[in-house]
Amino acid sequence: MRTARRTKPPAARRRSFVTPEGVDLQLELGGAGTRAAAFLIDVTLMLIVMIAVTAALFALDQATRADIAKILWLIGAFVLRNGWFVLFEMGGRGATPGKRLMGLRVVARDGARLTAGAVLARNAMREIEVFLPLSFLGAQAAAGTADAFLTIFAMLWTGIFLFFPLFNRDRLRIGDLVAGTWVVQTAVRTLAADLAPTSDRPRRVFSETALALYGIYELQALEDVIRGGDGLARITVAAAIRRKAGLADDGDDDAFLADYYAALCARLEGGLLVGRRRLDKLSAVNH
Amino acid sequence: MSAFVNIAPPLLNASRFRAAHEADWTRLEHLLTRIEKRSVRVLSDDDLLALPLLYRSTLSSLSVARETSLDRALVAYLEQLCARAYFQLYGVSDSAWRDLARFFTRGWPGAVASLWRETLVMAFLTVAGAVAAYLLVRADPSWYGGIVPQGLAGGRDPGASAESLRVTLYHSQDDGLGVFASFLFGHNAQIAIFAFALGFAFVVPTALLIFYNGLMLGAMIAVFAGKGLGLNFVAWLAIHGTTELFAVIIAGAAGMRIGTAIAFPGRQERMEAVVAAGRMAAVATAGVVLMLAVAAILEGVGRQVVTGDGTRAAIGTAMLAAWLVYYYGIGRRHAYCSPD
Repeated sequence: MRTARRTKPPAARRRSFVTPEGVDLQLELGGAGTRAAAFLIDVTLMLIVMIAVTAALFALDQATRADIAKILWLIGAFVLRNGWFVLFEMGGRGATPGKRLMGLRVVARDGARLTAGAVLARNAMREIEVFLPLSFLGAQAAAGTADAFLTIFAMLWTGIFLFFPLFNRDRLRIGDLVAGTWVVQTAVRTLAADLAPTSDRPRRVFSETALALYGIYELQALEDVIRGGDGLARITVAAAIRRKAGLADDGDDDAFLADYYAALCARLEGGLLVGRRRLDKLSAVNH
Repeated sequence: MSAFVNIAPPLLNASRFRAAHEADWTRLEHLLTRIEKRSVRVLSDDDLLALPLLYRSTLSSLSVARETSLDRALVAYLEQLCARAYFQLYGVSDSAWRDLARFFTRGWPGAVASLWRETLVMAFLTVAGAVAAYLLVRADPSWYGGIVPQGLAGGRDPGASAESLRVTLYHSQDDGLGVFASFLFGHNAQIAIFAFALGFAFVVPTALLIFYNGLMLGAMIAVFAGKGLGLNFVAWLAIHGTTELFAVIIAGAAGMRIGTAIAFPGRQERMEAVVAAGRMAAVATAGVVLMLAVAAILEGVGRQVVTGDGTRAAIGTAMLAAWLVYYYGIGRRHAYCSPD
């Protein structure tokens, strides 16, 4: 069972994303917290890989007494630091292991293929966002060879860069901005059962006035209640509909709601076919 | 009043729609799950051919469902199914080897060639820094300490004797060449990526970095020239320096392209200009990292093995010529079109 947050994403994070076929997929952006978590997972994994490789190479160094272990370590450290994000994001999944665990994925904002140039750009900018303050702090700690002016300048900028995603609507890092990418939340849903009632039982018919009460918004709220599995909510909603429509309680709330849903849905869909989209109960009923 | 009747229930669009297309959706979902778990290679030829067709028919189902059906669960299901199929069809590059070949034949030289204006500016900054530092240090050797950090100078300062300076140029150490080369590569490549990224800050830090690089170059030349070893030092530097300095200049140029795209987007929208500049400059920076790997091999190994001034200078010049032909001979034809 997915959490409510997943199934009902805040509308603020929905973005239109038009495929080359011209259909808007309405993707959901990854939240700042989710992305920070994904990054921390990646950093932890990188550290683990680094420690494991260092230990292995140390053993090799002890065994062979040759330079090969040191060379491999130096090249490996560079590749790990710069290649981890780039290689994973260039792969078919468009995500590092951390992003995959958090259900995130990198996509190009314009709906086109995610190019290598874009992946390189978004991760090269990480250099000034995250690694810069870390490496400068490290350099300073190790009795600095870093230029003082450059350090101060970098620190000042880093503060802005690090928190940049919080200051814009699309949660873009500098890297996303420069590369033209987005980080989106991927979802896997199964097709929920059809709500139309089966034909083997007698069903209720409703008068025109009873069906004219509500619009599409209420219909979809009713859909959520029926699918939601919350018994109390069903009882309350059934009672509210009966009271408004002036119907007597027949003691079977679930069947009542299913019948009412089907009748209302058929009526509103009939309206759609002739171009009448009644958004909610407040909009006018056209006849 | 509601009454019970025993006729067929109203047919909802969603139900009819599900009945007509659910088999396709299920098949697409099944294929996607398999691809997501493993890779696209697990699919049979039939499935592979069916994938784009299923994607398009599901996409059209989504459009129809949005217009005619009020079943929100159905629309949400189709949305995620289409998004997953889209990622598998459009999110993946066709072949890693073909991409790599394209990078070497077009992407890399083309990106560098289209940065030619920025490259000239950065080359000018380097030369200006070198000339300024040369004149300053020749006029007053105390400037040297302010320009070149103690750690990097390694005893090569105006107080050193001609003999000890000569030793730094021709003494070759046989052990640890590979380690030295890989250390240099990692260090320089990180600085180059850094110069690229800093370009985002309206070019200022990148320009400072490149200018400072020029200052150090000029100050070092001044020290050696003061002892009559100027040409020997230039030859010592040239063997890898033409490649390395050129690489750093291109990294600076890549940063400058981003910074200027932000400040002066021209006819494009600012965001579009930044994205176009960023993607292209990133390809150039990847090339710079490879150049620095070549430079590190030349510096760490070539320079220790080759000790003749003439040979060193010749190798350096040949490398520079090769890069120039690669970028401006081959690359120019694949240069990214400027929007103006």
